[in-house]
Amino acid sequence: MIKEIESNKVTEVIKQACTDINFNVDPKLKQKLEEALNNEESPIAKSILENILLNFDCAQKNNIPICQDTGMVIVFAEIGQDVHITGGSFEKAVNEGVKQAYKDSFLRKSIVSDPIERKNTFNNTPAILHTRIVDGDKINFKIMAKGFGSENTSQLKMLKPADGINGIENFIKEVLEEAIPNACAPVIVGIGIGGDFETCALNAKKALTLPIDYKHKNKIYEDLSNRIIKFANNTGIGPMGLGGINSALKVNIIESPTHIAGLPVAINICCYADRITEREL
Amino acid sequence: MKKKKIFLPINDNDVETLEAGDNVLLNGEIYVARDAAHKRLIDLIDNNKNLPFEIKNSVIYYMGPTPTPNGKVIGSAGPTTSHRMDKYTPKLLDLGLKATIGKGKRSLEVIESMKKNKAVYFSAIGGTGALLNQSILKNEIIEYEDLGPEALRKITVKDFPVIVSIDSNGKSLFEIERAKYRDKFKLEV
Repeated sequence: MIKEIESNKVTEVIKQACTDINFNVDPKLKQKLEEALNNEESPIAKSILENILLNFDCAQKNNIPICQDTGMVIVFAEIGQDVHITGGSFEKAVNEGVKQAYKDSFLRKSIVSDPIERKNTFNNTPAILHTRIVDGDKINFKIMAKGFGSENTSQLKMLKPADGINGIENFIKEVLEEAIPNACAPVIVGIGIGGDFETCALNAKKALTLPIDYKHKNKIYEDLSNRIIKFANNTGIGPMGLGGINSALKVNIIESPTHIAGLPVAINICCYADRITEREL
Repeated sequence: MKKKKIFLPINDNDVETLEAGDNVLLNGEIYVARDAAHKRLIDLIDNNKNLPFEIKNSVIYYMGPTPTPNGKVIGSAGPTTSHRMDKYTPKLLDLGLKATIGKGKRSLEVIESMKKNKAVYFSAIGGTGALLNQSILKNEIIEYEDLGPEALRKITVKDFPVIVSIDSNGKSLFEIERAKYRDKFKLEV
């Protein structure tokens, strides 16, 4: 059975999601930051974490976005193969939702139409849209507002199979050492391992969409995540780089089958405010 | 924690009293510029033209706010990453800029120039734009409106909270504090 979904429904979902994530924080993420505040040893870091938590309340109370970098919008859409989108183009509907949210909710327009000419589009589009056709008759959206202070600290490297898990771990540590002071720590880290050049980058970004309490089923990856958290928090870099024992809140990994000659690794960094939500049509 | 109040514009005496780790409340006028506005300011300097504001004893805040909602002074107004401005900062310090506000570390070149010119670097807490909004009393675009969120602004602040993260002697909180908390995190893996 084909299910029809009107494109204006898509616009509405995207609009609401973009507004929601820029003003409201996932309660689980807030809890994680409260835990960080409780275990923090540095007085400066404690005061930073207190202010971060105060800011969330202040944003809600005064209807001011959590952060002035209201991000580039990234949409992962899994579209059921029995869905028929009517009334207009899917991609236009997504961008229309972004446009309306960023105008009506006074969000910052941070997109330039060309990376060299750098003219602002003044409506925060285009969004980055990743679509995938799946079974079923629904559309699942993951919508993210990604700030670029943290995005700029992300890296990708084509390791060799001989580098193995130690090579992966060393590369991640090198990247974190550079990234944490500048990326609004305590950071959230998305890691992609395997696939090819672009798949591992995509997996790293998808890893940022996983729940903050996500645990990898495979012990190899779960242990690697924990070792990375431990490393990050032992650097002493701390919240905003001003010292402390909370440098990373969470590390999530997504792996993919790869080529016999390859071991790509991508690390996508997000600030403590991972602004992401899920919606379904 | 004791907080020092500073009234702007800031002079050499003020700068010399500030030490890495001090909590400071800024009061007065601050200029706001980020990547694209900096590029234009440097182009003016390179072409021997006047800057659109008095840079001597001034403070620049690296920030691009969200649009101002109806009835408010400004939108979300937190700091952006400072090191993207590192390339431009020494030239501005040479002309008398006394302080910059942002988040994250600065380059060695910037720190050397800060020592030479007696300037200070303040950190504001990244991602707390709704909170910092509360300390801003006035907000106007003074140049480059075409840059949208990157326009050059002048804001008036009251008790705007910052921390001295690198002082005019080059003492850096990024190094000092980090050393104290290395290998202090406990997690059984």
